[in-house]
Amino acid sequence: MTLWQSLLDPFGYDFFLKGLVAAVLAGALCGLIGVFITLRGMSYIGHGLSHAIFGGYAAAPLLGIPIVLGAGAWGLASALAINAITRSRRIGADAAIGVVTTASFALGVALLTRFGTKGPAFDALLFGSINGVTRSDLLLLAGALLFAASLFTVLYRSFLFSTFDPEVADVSGVPVRRMDALLMLVLSVSVLATLKILGVTLVAATLVIPAVVARMLSDSFSRMLWLSTGLGSAAGAVGMYLSFQLEIPSGTTIVLVNALVFLVVLAISRGSALRRAGGLHDHAPATSSAPALARAGH
Amino acid sequence: MIADGQSAAGQQLGPLITVSGVSFGYDRSPVLLDVDYAVQPGEFTGIVGPSGSGKTSLLRVLLGTVRPQRGRVERRPGLAVSYVPQLETVNWNFPVTVGECVLMSRSTRRLMPWTTPAERADVADVLERLGIGDLAGRHIRELSGGQQQRMFIARALLRRPQLLLMDEPTSGVDIGTRHEVLHLLADLNREGLAIVLTTHDLNGMASHLPHLVALQHRVVAYGPPSEVIVPDVLEQTFGARMEVLQHLGMPVVVDTAEPISLQPVAG
Repeated sequence: MTLWQSLLDPFGYDFFLKGLVAAVLAGALCGLIGVFITLRGMSYIGHGLSHAIFGGYAAAPLLGIPIVLGAGAWGLASALAINAITRSRRIGADAAIGVVTTASFALGVALLTRFGTKGPAFDALLFGSINGVTRSDLLLLAGALLFAASLFTVLYRSFLFSTFDPEVADVSGVPVRRMDALLMLVLSVSVLATLKILGVTLVAATLVIPAVVARMLSDSFSRMLWLSTGLGSAAGAVGMYLSFQLEIPSGTTIVLVNALVFLVVLAISRGSALRRAGGLHDHAPATSSAPALARAGH
Repeated sequence: MIADGQSAAGQQLGPLITVSGVSFGYDRSPVLLDVDYAVQPGEFTGIVGPSGSGKTSLLRVLLGTVRPQRGRVERRPGLAVSYVPQLETVNWNFPVTVGECVLMSRSTRRLMPWTTPAERADVADVLERLGIGDLAGRHIRELSGGQQQRMFIARALLRRPQLLLMDEPTSGVDIGTRHEVLHLLADLNREGLAIVLTTHDLNGMASHLPHLVALQHRVVAYGPPSEVIVPDVLEQTFGARMEVLQHLGMPVVVDTAEPISLQPVAG
Protein backbone atom coordinates (compact mmCIF):
# COMPACT_ATOMS: atom_id res chain seq x y z
CA MET A 1 0.00 0.00 0.00
CA THR A 2 1.45 3.38 -1.02
CA LEU A 3 1.62 6.32 1.38
CA TRP A 4 -1.18 8.05 -0.55
CA GLN A 5 -3.36 4.96 -0.32
CA SER A 6 -2.76 4.59 3.41
CA LEU A 7 -3.61 8.27 3.94
CA LEU A 8 -6.91 7.85 2.08
CA ASP A 9 -7.60 4.41 3.52
CA PRO A 10 -9.92 5.59 6.38
CA PHE A 11 -12.31 7.22 3.90
CA GLY A 12 -13.18 3.79 2.55
CA TYR A 13 -14.86 2.80 5.80
CA ASP A 14 -18.45 3.71 6.47
CA PHE A 15 -17.94 3.82 10.26
CA PHE A 16 -15.05 6.30 9.85
CA LEU A 17 -17.07 8.59 7.62
CA LYS A 18 -19.89 8.61 10.17
CA GLY A 19 -17.38 9.26 12.95
CA LEU A 20 -15.80 12.08 10.93
CA VAL A 21 -19.13 13.81 10.34
CA ALA A 22 -20.00 13.34 14.01
CA ALA A 23 -16.65 14.84 15.11
CA VAL A 24 -17.07 17.87 12.81
CA LEU A 25 -20.61 18.49 14.11
CA ALA A 26 -19.55 17.90 17.75
CA GLY A 27 -16.56 20.23 17.38
CA ALA A 28 -18.67 22.97 15.80
CA LEU A 29 -21.36 22.63 18.47
CA CYS A 30 -18.93 22.75 21.39
CA GLY A 31 -17.00 25.62 19.76
CA LEU A 32 -20.16 27.68 19.36
CA ILE A 33 -21.47 27.16 22.89
CA GLY A 34 -17.97 27.46 24.33
CA VAL A 35 -17.88 31.20 23.50
CA PHE A 36 -20.78 31.88 25.87
CA ILE A 37 -19.51 29.42 28.48
CA THR A 38 -15.99 30.87 28.66
CA LEU A 39 -17.07 34.52 28.54
CA ARG A 40 -19.47 33.87 31.43
CA GLY A 41 -16.63 32.34 33.45
CA MET A 42 -18.47 28.99 33.52
CA SER A 43 -15.78 26.76 31.97
CA TYR A 44 -16.08 24.33 34.86
CA ILE A 45 -19.78 23.75 34.10
CA GLY A 46 -19.05 21.75 30.94
CA HIS A 47 -16.69 19.55 32.94
CA GLY A 48 -19.21 19.10 35.75
CA LEU A 49 -22.15 18.57 33.45
CA SER A 50 -20.51 15.81 31.42
CA HIS A 51 -19.77 13.97 34.67
CA ALA A 52 -23.32 14.54 35.92
CA ILE A 53 -24.85 13.26 32.67
CA PHE A 54 -22.81 10.08 33.02
CA GLY A 55 -25.04 9.18 36.00
CA GLY A 56 -28.16 9.62 33.87
CA TYR A 57 -26.56 7.64 31.05
CA ALA A 58 -26.12 4.67 33.37
CA ALA A 59 -29.44 5.01 35.20
CA ALA A 60 -31.79 5.55 32.22
CA PRO A 61 -31.69 1.96 30.80
CA LEU A 62 -32.24 0.50 34.27
CA LEU A 63 -35.37 2.60 34.64
CA GLY A 64 -36.58 1.55 31.19
CA ILE A 65 -36.22 5.09 29.78
CA PRO A 66 -34.50 5.78 26.42
CA ILE A 67 -30.89 6.87 27.10
CA VAL A 68 -31.23 10.18 25.25
CA LEU A 69 -34.35 11.18 27.18
CA GLY A 70 -33.20 9.92 30.58
CA ALA A 71 -29.67 11.30 30.40
CA GLY A 72 -30.96 14.51 28.82
CA ALA A 73 -33.45 15.15 31.63
CA TRP A 74 -30.78 14.24 34.20
CA GLY A 75 -28.32 16.59 32.54
CA LEU A 76 -30.78 19.47 32.32
CA ALA A 77 -31.75 19.06 35.99
CA SER A 78 -28.04 19.06 36.93
CA ALA A 79 -27.36 22.11 34.75
CA LEU A 80 -30.22 24.09 36.28
CA ALA A 81 -29.09 23.08 39.78
CA ILE A 82 -25.52 24.15 38.96
CA ASN A 83 -26.78 27.46 37.59
CA ALA A 84 -28.95 28.09 40.66
CA ILE A 85 -26.04 27.29 42.99
CA THR A 86 -23.74 29.59 41.00
CA ARG A 87 -26.18 32.49 41.39
CA SER A 88 -27.14 31.92 45.03
CA ARG A 89 -23.62 32.57 46.44
CA ARG A 90 -24.59 30.85 49.69
CA ILE A 91 -21.79 28.35 49.42
CA GLY A 92 -18.80 28.20 47.11
CA ALA A 93 -20.17 27.35 43.66
CA ASP A 94 -17.09 25.29 42.77
CA ALA A 95 -17.43 23.16 45.91
CA ALA A 96 -21.18 22.64 45.45
CA ILE A 97 -20.75 21.71 41.78
CA GLY A 98 -17.94 19.36 42.74
CA VAL A 99 -20.28 17.53 45.13
CA VAL A 100 -23.29 17.36 42.74
CA THR A 101 -21.41 16.29 39.65
CA THR A 102 -18.91 13.87 41.17
CA ALA A 103 -21.72 12.20 43.16
CA SER A 104 -23.66 11.76 39.91
CA PHE A 105 -20.54 10.42 38.17
CA ALA A 106 -19.88 7.99 41.05
CA LEU A 107 -23.48 6.79 40.84
CA GLY A 108 -23.01 6.18 37.12
CA VAL A 109 -19.81 4.17 37.73
CA ALA A 110 -21.55 2.14 40.44
CA LEU A 111 -24.58 1.37 38.25
CA LEU A 112 -22.47 0.47 35.20
CA THR A 113 -20.17 -1.76 37.24
CA ARG A 114 -23.06 -3.54 38.97
CA PHE A 115 -25.57 -3.83 36.12
CA GLY A 116 -23.50 -3.34 32.95
CA THR A 117 -24.44 -1.12 29.99
CA LYS A 118 -26.73 -1.48 27.05
CA GLY A 119 -25.04 1.48 25.34
CA PRO A 120 -21.35 2.21 24.60
CA ALA A 121 -18.59 0.49 26.58
CA PHE A 122 -17.39 2.08 29.82
CA ASP A 123 -14.00 3.27 28.51
CA ALA A 124 -15.65 4.55 25.31
CA LEU A 125 -17.97 6.70 27.44
CA LEU A 126 -14.98 8.08 29.35
CA PHE A 127 -12.68 8.92 26.43
CA GLY A 128 -14.88 8.83 23.33
CA SER A 129 -14.89 6.33 20.49
CA ILE A 130 -14.88 6.31 16.70
CA ASN A 131 -16.88 3.08 16.71
CA GLY A 132 -20.62 2.66 16.72
CA VAL A 133 -21.69 6.16 15.59
CA THR A 134 -25.22 5.57 14.33
CA ARG A 135 -27.48 7.52 12.01
CA SER A 136 -29.57 8.59 15.01
CA ASP A 137 -26.40 9.90 16.74
CA LEU A 138 -25.70 12.05 13.67
CA LEU A 139 -29.28 13.30 13.59
CA LEU A 140 -29.10 14.21 17.29
CA LEU A 141 -25.82 16.09 16.72
CA ALA A 142 -27.14 17.90 13.63
CA GLY A 143 -30.37 18.77 15.47
CA ALA A 144 -28.46 20.08 18.49
CA LEU A 145 -26.21 22.23 16.26
CA LEU A 146 -29.20 23.59 14.32
CA PHE A 147 -31.06 24.33 17.58
CA ALA A 148 -28.04 26.11 19.12
CA ALA A 149 -27.25 28.13 15.96
CA SER A 150 -30.90 29.20 15.52
CA LEU A 151 -31.24 30.17 19.18
CA PHE A 152 -28.02 32.21 19.23
CA THR A 153 -28.98 33.97 15.99
CA VAL A 154 -32.54 34.89 16.95
CA LEU A 155 -31.64 35.87 20.54
CA TYR A 156 -28.13 37.11 19.74
CA ARG A 157 -28.57 40.52 21.38
CA SER A 158 -30.16 39.22 24.56
CA PHE A 159 -27.47 36.52 24.95
CA LEU A 160 -24.73 39.10 24.34
CA PHE A 161 -26.16 41.58 26.88
CA SER A 162 -26.83 38.96 29.57
CA THR A 163 -23.34 37.52 29.09
CA PHE A 164 -21.62 40.94 29.33
CA ASP A 165 -23.67 42.50 32.14
CA PRO A 166 -26.52 40.37 33.56
CA GLU A 167 -27.61 42.94 36.16
CA VAL A 168 -28.07 45.81 33.69
CA ALA A 169 -29.55 43.44 31.11
CA ASP A 170 -32.16 42.41 33.69
CA VAL A 171 -33.03 46.03 34.45
CA SER A 172 -33.21 46.74 30.70
CA GLY A 173 -35.92 44.11 30.20
CA VAL A 174 -33.83 41.13 29.06
CA PRO A 175 -35.23 37.93 30.67
CA VAL A 176 -31.83 36.99 32.09
CA ARG A 177 -32.99 33.93 34.04
CA ARG A 178 -34.75 32.56 30.97
CA MET A 179 -31.58 33.18 28.93
CA ASP A 180 -29.53 31.26 31.54
CA ALA A 181 -32.01 28.38 31.48
CA LEU A 182 -31.95 28.28 27.66
CA LEU A 183 -28.14 28.22 27.64
CA MET A 184 -28.16 25.37 30.16
CA LEU A 185 -30.67 23.50 27.98
CA VAL A 186 -28.47 23.90 24.89
CA LEU A 187 -25.40 22.90 26.89
CA SER A 188 -27.09 19.78 28.29
CA VAL A 189 -28.30 18.66 24.87
CA SER A 190 -24.85 19.33 23.39
CA VAL A 191 -22.93 17.45 26.06
CA LEU A 192 -25.33 14.54 25.67
CA ALA A 193 -25.04 14.55 21.88
CA THR A 194 -21.23 14.75 21.89
CA LEU A 195 -20.56 12.34 24.76
CA LYS A 196 -20.12 9.27 22.52
CA ILE A 197 -17.48 10.96 20.33
CA LEU A 198 -15.66 13.07 22.91
CA GLY A 199 -16.11 11.14 26.14
CA VAL A 200 -17.11 12.29 29.62
CA THR A 201 -13.65 13.37 30.69
CA LEU A 202 -12.80 15.34 27.53
CA VAL A 203 -15.98 17.24 26.59
CA ALA A 204 -14.99 20.22 28.73
CA ALA A 205 -11.75 20.77 26.79
CA THR A 206 -13.60 21.03 23.47
CA LEU A 207 -15.96 23.57 25.03
CA VAL A 208 -13.13 25.73 26.33
CA ILE A 209 -10.07 25.51 24.03
CA PRO A 210 -11.59 26.67 20.67
CA ALA A 211 -13.31 29.60 22.43
CA VAL A 212 -10.10 30.63 24.21
CA VAL A 213 -8.12 30.43 20.94
CA ALA A 214 -10.84 32.49 19.20
CA ARG A 215 -10.57 35.10 21.97
CA MET A 216 -6.79 35.15 21.49
CA LEU A 217 -7.31 35.86 17.79
CA SER A 218 -10.17 38.37 17.91
CA ASP A 219 -11.56 41.29 19.88
CA SER A 220 -15.01 40.93 18.31
CA PHE A 221 -17.79 38.84 19.83
CA SER A 222 -19.40 37.92 16.49
CA ARG A 223 -16.03 37.00 14.94
CA MET A 224 -15.30 34.88 18.03
CA LEU A 225 -18.47 32.88 17.38
CA TRP A 226 -17.43 32.10 13.78
CA LEU A 227 -13.79 31.41 14.68
CA SER A 228 -14.55 29.14 17.62
CA THR A 229 -17.13 27.16 15.63
CA GLY A 230 -14.70 26.76 12.71
CA LEU A 231 -11.73 25.84 14.91
CA GLY A 232 -13.82 23.33 16.86
CA SER A 233 -15.06 21.57 13.74
CA ALA A 234 -11.60 21.54 12.11
CA ALA A 235 -10.03 20.10 15.27
CA GLY A 236 -12.82 17.51 15.32
CA ALA A 237 -12.06 16.41 11.76
CA VAL A 238 -8.27 16.25 12.21
CA GLY A 239 -8.63 14.61 15.63
CA MET A 240 -10.96 11.93 14.28
CA TYR A 241 -8.59 11.17 11.40
CA LEU A 242 -5.66 10.82 13.82
CA SER A 243 -7.79 8.65 16.08
CA PHE A 244 -8.25 6.16 13.23
CA GLN A 245 -4.61 6.24 12.13
CA LEU A 246 -3.06 6.08 15.60
CA GLU A 247 -5.72 3.84 17.18
CA ILE A 248 -6.21 6.27 20.09
CA PRO A 249 -9.65 7.21 21.55
CA SER A 250 -11.21 9.99 19.46
CA GLY A 251 -11.85 12.35 22.41
CA THR A 252 -8.15 12.25 23.24
CA THR A 253 -6.91 13.10 19.73
CA ILE A 254 -9.51 15.87 19.26
CA VAL A 255 -8.46 17.52 22.52
CA LEU A 256 -4.76 17.14 21.65
CA VAL A 257 -5.32 18.82 18.26
CA ASN A 258 -7.17 21.67 20.01
CA ALA A 259 -4.31 22.01 22.50
CA LEU A 260 -1.77 22.05 19.67
CA VAL A 261 -3.67 24.89 17.92
CA PHE A 262 -3.66 26.78 21.23
CA LEU A 263 0.13 26.37 21.57
CA VAL A 264 0.77 27.42 17.95
CA VAL A 265 -1.34 30.60 18.34
CA LEU A 266 0.40 31.32 21.63
CA ALA A 267 3.84 30.88 20.05
CA ILE A 268 3.04 33.03 17.01
CA SER A 269 1.58 35.83 19.10
CA ARG A 270 4.43 35.56 21.65
CA GLY A 271 2.03 35.78 24.58
CA SER A 272 0.24 38.97 23.56
CA ALA A 273 -2.87 37.00 22.53
CA LEU A 274 -2.90 35.23 25.88
CA ARG A 275 -3.05 38.58 27.68
CA ARG A 276 -6.15 39.42 25.63
CA ALA A 277 -7.77 36.12 26.64
CA GLY A 278 -6.43 36.38 30.18
CA GLY A 279 -9.37 38.42 31.39
CA LEU A 280 -12.11 36.22 29.95
CA HIS A 281 -14.14 36.93 33.05
CA ASP A 282 -12.02 39.41 34.99
CA HIS A 283 -13.63 42.51 36.38
CA ALA A 284 -10.78 44.91 36.03
CA PRO A 285 -10.86 48.29 37.77
CA ALA A 286 -11.56 51.36 35.68
CA THR A 287 -8.61 53.12 34.14
CA SER A 288 -7.45 55.60 36.69
CA SER A 289 -4.30 57.55 37.13
CA ALA A 290 -4.76 58.41 40.81
CA PRO A 291 -7.44 56.33 42.50
CA ALA A 292 -5.87 56.64 45.94
CA LEU A 293 -5.92 60.43 45.66
CA ALA A 294 -9.58 60.37 44.62
CA ARG A 295 -10.46 58.35 47.70
CA ALA A 296 -8.44 60.49 50.05
CA GLY A 297 -11.29 62.91 50.61
CA HIS A 298 -13.85 60.26 51.65
CA MET B 1 -23.11 73.28 44.09
CA ILE B 2 -25.31 71.97 41.28
CA ALA B 3 -28.93 73.16 41.14
CA ASP B 4 -31.38 70.39 40.28
CA GLY B 5 -33.66 70.40 37.24
CA GLN B 6 -37.05 69.73 38.84
CA SER B 7 -39.82 71.00 36.60
CA ALA B 8 -43.16 72.30 37.82
CA ALA B 9 -45.05 70.17 35.28
CA GLY B 10 -43.26 67.00 36.39
CA GLN B 11 -43.89 67.79 40.04
CA GLN B 12 -47.64 68.03 39.48
CA LEU B 13 -47.74 64.39 38.35
CA GLY B 14 -46.26 63.25 41.67
CA PRO B 15 -43.15 61.16 42.45
CA LEU B 16 -41.56 58.82 39.90
CA ILE B 17 -41.06 56.14 42.57
CA THR B 18 -42.38 56.07 46.14
CA VAL B 19 -40.82 53.76 48.71
CA SER B 20 -42.96 53.42 51.87
CA GLY B 21 -41.91 51.57 55.03
CA VAL B 22 -39.57 49.27 53.09
CA SER B 23 -37.50 46.66 54.93
CA PHE B 24 -35.12 44.30 53.18
CA GLY B 25 -32.32 41.95 54.16
CA TYR B 26 -30.18 39.00 53.11
CA ASP B 27 -30.22 35.78 55.16
CA ARG B 28 -32.09 37.40 58.09
CA SER B 29 -29.53 40.24 58.32
CA PRO B 30 -31.51 43.46 57.89
CA VAL B 31 -30.02 45.87 55.35
CA LEU B 32 -32.91 48.33 55.00
CA LEU B 33 -35.25 49.09 57.90
CA ASP B 34 -38.52 50.94 57.47
CA VAL B 35 -37.22 53.21 54.69
CA ASP B 36 -39.45 55.99 53.29
CA TYR B 37 -38.22 57.84 50.21
CA ALA B 38 -39.80 59.38 47.11
CA VAL B 39 -37.91 60.08 43.86
CA GLN B 40 -39.28 63.32 42.40
CA PRO B 41 -39.21 64.20 38.67
CA GLY B 42 -35.99 66.01 37.73
CA GLU B 43 -34.32 65.56 41.12
CA PHE B 44 -30.59 64.97 41.54
CA THR B 45 -29.91 63.05 44.73
CA GLY B 46 -26.98 61.23 46.27
CA ILE B 47 -27.48 58.37 48.70
CA VAL B 48 -24.57 58.52 51.15
CA GLY B 49 -23.46 56.09 53.81
CA PRO B 50 -20.61 53.74 54.71
CA SER B 51 -20.10 50.29 53.16
CA GLY B 52 -22.89 47.94 54.20
CA SER B 53 -25.31 50.76 55.09
CA GLY B 54 -27.81 49.65 52.42
CA LYS B 55 -27.03 52.15 49.61
CA THR B 56 -26.87 49.57 46.83
CA SER B 57 -29.86 47.67 48.27
CA LEU B 58 -31.97 50.86 48.20
CA LEU B 59 -30.86 51.37 44.59
CA ARG B 60 -31.95 47.78 43.79
CA VAL B 61 -35.31 48.38 45.46
CA LEU B 62 -35.75 51.46 43.23
CA LEU B 63 -34.70 49.39 40.20
CA GLY B 64 -37.12 46.63 41.14
CA THR B 65 -34.48 43.88 41.02
CA VAL B 66 -35.08 42.92 44.67
CA ARG B 67 -38.44 42.55 46.38
CA PRO B 68 -38.72 44.12 49.82
CA GLN B 69 -39.74 41.85 52.70
CA ARG B 70 -41.99 44.60 54.05
CA GLY B 71 -43.36 47.89 52.76
CA ARG B 72 -44.47 49.14 49.35
CA VAL B 73 -42.76 50.41 46.22
CA GLU B 74 -44.96 52.36 43.79
CA ARG B 75 -43.75 53.36 40.34
CA ARG B 76 -45.37 55.84 38.02
CA PRO B 77 -47.00 53.82 35.20
CA GLY B 78 -44.80 53.65 32.09
CA LEU B 79 -41.74 54.95 33.95
CA ALA B 80 -38.49 54.37 32.00
CA VAL B 81 -35.53 53.74 34.31
CA SER B 82 -31.92 53.19 33.24
CA TYR B 83 -29.10 51.88 35.38
CA VAL B 84 -25.35 52.46 35.27
CA PRO B 85 -23.32 49.89 37.27
CA GLN B 86 -20.02 50.46 39.05
CA LEU B 87 -17.14 50.52 36.58
CA GLU B 88 -15.24 48.14 38.84
CA THR B 89 -17.80 45.35 38.30
CA VAL B 90 -17.38 45.33 34.52
CA ASN B 91 -15.26 42.91 32.49
CA TRP B 92 -13.34 45.47 30.40
CA ASN B 93 -11.69 42.68 28.42
CA PHE B 94 -15.05 41.51 27.03
CA PRO B 95 -14.89 41.43 23.20
CA VAL B 96 -17.16 44.36 22.30
CA THR B 97 -16.66 47.83 20.87
CA VAL B 98 -18.10 51.04 22.34
CA GLY B 99 -20.84 51.11 19.69
CA GLU B 100 -21.81 47.48 20.33
CA CYS B 101 -21.93 48.10 24.07
CA VAL B 102 -24.23 51.14 23.68
CA LEU B 103 -26.48 49.21 21.29
CA MET B 104 -27.11 46.58 24.01
CA SER B 105 -29.87 48.90 25.25
CA ARG B 106 -31.87 47.88 22.19
CA SER B 107 -31.65 44.12 22.95
CA THR B 108 -35.35 43.71 23.63
CA ARG B 109 -36.63 45.83 20.73
CA ARG B 110 -35.06 43.78 17.99
CA LEU B 111 -34.13 40.11 18.06
CA MET B 112 -31.80 39.52 15.11
CA PRO B 113 -28.13 40.46 15.42
CA TRP B 114 -27.93 42.78 12.41
CA THR B 115 -27.93 46.52 13.13
CA THR B 116 -30.36 48.73 11.22
CA PRO B 117 -29.30 52.12 9.76
CA ALA B 118 -31.70 53.84 12.21
CA GLU B 119 -30.02 52.10 15.16
CA ARG B 120 -26.56 53.07 13.89
CA ALA B 121 -27.73 56.69 13.62
CA ASP B 122 -29.18 56.62 17.16
CA VAL B 123 -25.95 55.24 18.60
CA ALA B 124 -23.88 57.82 16.70
CA ASP B 125 -26.15 60.62 17.98
CA VAL B 126 -25.98 59.64 21.64
CA LEU B 127 -22.20 59.10 21.51
CA GLU B 128 -21.78 62.49 19.81
CA ARG B 129 -23.96 64.12 22.47
CA LEU B 130 -21.71 62.71 25.19
CA GLY B 131 -18.53 63.81 23.41
CA ILE B 132 -17.24 60.34 22.46
CA GLY B 133 -18.59 60.19 18.90
CA ASP B 134 -15.20 59.22 17.49
CA LEU B 135 -14.83 56.20 19.78
CA ALA B 136 -17.69 53.99 18.48
CA GLY B 137 -15.33 51.49 16.84
CA ARG B 138 -12.87 51.27 19.74
CA HIS B 139 -12.64 48.24 22.02
CA ILE B 140 -14.02 49.12 25.49
CA ARG B 141 -10.65 48.23 27.09
CA GLU B 142 -9.04 51.20 25.31
CA LEU B 143 -11.17 53.85 27.08
CA SER B 144 -10.14 56.11 29.96
CA GLY B 145 -12.20 56.09 33.18
CA GLY B 146 -14.22 59.15 32.09
CA GLN B 147 -14.85 57.69 28.64
CA GLN B 148 -16.00 54.38 30.20
CA GLN B 149 -18.53 56.25 32.34
CA ARG B 150 -19.69 58.29 29.31
CA MET B 151 -20.18 55.07 27.33
CA PHE B 152 -22.39 53.56 30.03
CA ILE B 153 -24.38 56.80 30.34
CA ALA B 154 -24.81 56.73 26.55
CA ARG B 155 -26.11 53.16 26.79
CA ALA B 156 -28.51 54.26 29.53
CA LEU B 157 -29.70 57.33 27.56
CA LEU B 158 -30.43 55.29 24.44
CA ARG B 159 -33.46 53.92 26.33
CA ARG B 160 -34.72 57.53 26.76
CA PRO B 161 -35.19 57.21 30.53
CA GLN B 162 -36.92 59.64 32.90
CA LEU B 163 -34.79 58.36 35.79
CA LEU B 164 -31.11 57.38 35.80
CA LEU B 165 -29.83 55.27 38.72
CA MET B 166 -26.06 55.01 39.20
CA ASP B 167 -24.02 52.90 41.60
CA GLU B 168 -20.89 54.73 42.82
CA PRO B 169 -20.23 56.54 39.51
CA THR B 170 -16.93 58.01 40.71
CA SER B 171 -15.57 55.03 42.64
CA GLY B 172 -11.97 54.31 41.70
CA VAL B 173 -11.60 57.18 39.22
CA ASP B 174 -9.15 60.09 39.41
CA ILE B 175 -10.05 63.67 40.34
CA GLY B 176 -10.22 64.89 36.73
CA THR B 177 -12.59 62.07 35.76
CA ARG B 178 -14.74 62.76 38.83
CA HIS B 179 -15.17 66.41 37.80
CA GLU B 180 -15.90 65.34 34.22
CA VAL B 181 -18.62 62.88 35.33
CA LEU B 182 -20.14 65.36 37.80
CA HIS B 183 -20.46 68.10 35.17
CA LEU B 184 -21.89 65.67 32.62
CA LEU B 185 -24.54 64.51 35.10
CA ALA B 186 -25.36 68.12 36.01
CA ASP B 187 -25.92 68.92 32.31
CA LEU B 188 -28.22 65.89 31.89
CA ASN B 189 -30.14 66.85 35.02
CA ARG B 190 -30.61 70.40 33.71
CA GLU B 191 -32.23 68.83 30.62
CA GLY B 192 -34.83 67.27 32.97
CA LEU B 193 -33.39 63.80 33.68
CA ALA B 194 -33.88 62.69 37.30
CA ILE B 195 -30.69 61.16 38.73
CA VAL B 196 -30.21 59.15 41.91
CA LEU B 197 -26.73 57.85 42.66
CA THR B 198 -24.93 56.19 45.54
CA THR B 199 -21.64 57.54 46.79
CA HIS B 200 -19.42 57.30 49.84
CA ASP B 201 -17.36 60.26 48.61
CA LEU B 202 -18.60 63.13 50.78
CA ASN B 203 -16.25 65.90 49.63
CA GLY B 204 -15.67 64.91 46.00
CA MET B 205 -19.25 64.05 45.10
CA ALA B 206 -21.96 64.36 47.76
CA SER B 207 -21.32 67.99 48.76
CA HIS B 208 -21.81 69.09 45.09
CA LEU B 209 -25.30 67.57 44.78
CA PRO B 210 -28.61 69.41 45.42
CA HIS B 211 -30.10 66.66 47.63
CA LEU B 212 -28.71 63.92 49.82
CA VAL B 213 -30.12 60.90 51.66
CA ALA B 214 -27.95 59.82 54.60
CA LEU B 215 -28.49 56.08 55.05
CA GLN B 216 -27.50 53.75 57.87
CA HIS B 217 -30.03 50.94 57.28
CA ARG B 218 -32.65 53.64 58.01
CA VAL B 219 -32.89 57.12 56.51
CA VAL B 220 -30.92 59.23 59.00
CA ALA B 221 -31.49 62.53 57.17
CA TYR B 222 -32.76 63.89 53.85
CA GLY B 223 -32.21 67.35 52.42
CA PRO B 224 -29.62 69.66 50.92
CA PRO B 225 -25.94 69.12 51.84
CA SER B 226 -26.11 72.02 54.33
CA GLU B 227 -28.60 69.95 56.38
CA VAL B 228 -27.16 66.47 55.82
CA ILE B 229 -23.40 67.08 55.92
CA VAL B 230 -23.36 68.16 59.57
CA PRO B 231 -21.43 66.50 62.44
CA ASP B 232 -24.45 64.92 64.20
CA VAL B 233 -25.89 63.33 61.02
CA LEU B 234 -22.43 62.14 59.92
CA GLU B 235 -21.79 60.56 63.33
CA GLN B 236 -25.14 58.70 63.19
CA THR B 237 -24.48 57.62 59.61
CA PHE B 238 -20.79 56.75 59.64
CA GLY B 239 -20.32 56.01 63.35
CA ALA B 240 -17.43 58.46 63.66
CA ARG B 241 -17.15 62.07 64.75
CA MET B 242 -16.20 64.39 61.87
CA GLU B 243 -15.66 68.11 61.63
CA VAL B 244 -17.41 70.09 58.89
CA LEU B 245 -15.80 73.26 57.46
CA GLN B 246 -17.20 75.63 54.86
CA HIS B 247 -15.35 76.26 51.59
CA LEU B 248 -16.81 78.29 48.68
CA GLY B 249 -20.28 77.81 50.20
CA MET B 250 -19.94 74.03 50.32
CA PRO B 251 -19.39 71.77 53.34
CA VAL B 252 -16.02 70.05 53.58
CA VAL B 253 -15.69 67.06 55.90
CA VAL B 254 -12.53 66.69 57.95
CA ASP B 255 -11.65 63.50 59.80
CA THR B 256 -10.99 64.32 63.47
CA ALA B 257 -9.14 61.10 64.27
CA GLU B 258 -5.89 61.55 66.20
CA PRO B 259 -2.80 61.34 63.98
CA ILE B 260 -1.07 57.95 64.22
CA SER B 261 2.51 58.21 65.48
CA LEU B 262 4.80 55.70 63.84
CA GLN B 263 8.31 54.81 65.03
CA PRO B 264 10.97 55.55 62.39
CA VAL B 265 12.44 52.38 60.89
CA ALA B 266 15.92 51.73 62.28
CA GLY B 267 18.86 51.61 59.87
